[in-house]
Amino acid sequence: MKVQDLIDKQIFRVISEGDDTSRDITGVFCCDLLSIAMGKAPADSAWVTVMGNINTIAVATLADVSCVIMAEGVVLDEVARTKAAQQGVTVLATEEPVFDAALKIYQEIHG
Amino acid sequence: MAEAIRLTYEISPDDFTRAGEASSDVKKKLRSLGVSPDAIRKVAIAMYEGEINMVIHAEGGIITVDISPDKIVMILADKGPGIPDIEQAMQAGWSTAPNEIRSLGFGAGMGLPNMKKYTDEMTIDTVIGKGTTITMVVKI
Repeated sequence: MKVQDLIDKQIFRVISEGDDTSRDITGVFCCDLLSIAMGKAPADSAWVTVMGNINTIAVATLADVSCVIMAEGVVLDEVARTKAAQQGVTVLATEEPVFDAALKIYQEIHG
Repeated sequence: MAEAIRLTYEISPDDFTRAGEASSDVKKKLRSLGVSPDAIRKVAIAMYEGEINMVIHAEGGIITVDISPDKIVMILADKGPGIPDIEQAMQAGWSTAPNEIRSLGFGAGMGLPNMKKYTDEMTIDTVIGKGTTITMVVKI
């Protein structure tokens, strides 16, 4: 599944559309501790988190995930939102808990 | 890429809004040089962890990155307090980060272990009260 496909499903709100929505989403990763996410988030995964600060965007960029999903209605702060636009990171959002959001993505990937 | 390229970055203390900029810049440069995505990811992760450590523990410092055809060498030098027990610091989960850092999502005690995991070589030179220099090598 491509990032664009996930956007088109309209399961999540679009907070920031990245500069490469044609990239693949090959898995889902859930974690809020950035150091763990940094070391463990697989490249090309959709990362579901409730940590919405600027460092989330830095980790997303450096760990090379396909997109970030903010769960539990958490708001990405303004500085982070600007950073996401600058870095071309796709950020989506949902009111749902982390597990439910991740499960939906998993189901979309695996049919 | 016939000759080595050297990049130098000054890391500001206590500035979490800028932390990651140096690593992002290196990532972009490596990508434009055609370095493999796997090597780029390793360099980006290891360098970002180092950058964050310098911001949290050492009032910033200097990062030098040497890119040559067969390897990338990162040297992170700070004038921080030094690491009293390297073996303990290398243990996953061990952290001396203050609570406000933990609330930002850091301080899980994964920084140095991640740096080691994602590099082919890592050496730590530290002197208490003087500072720490970490050298990391990622082979291309």
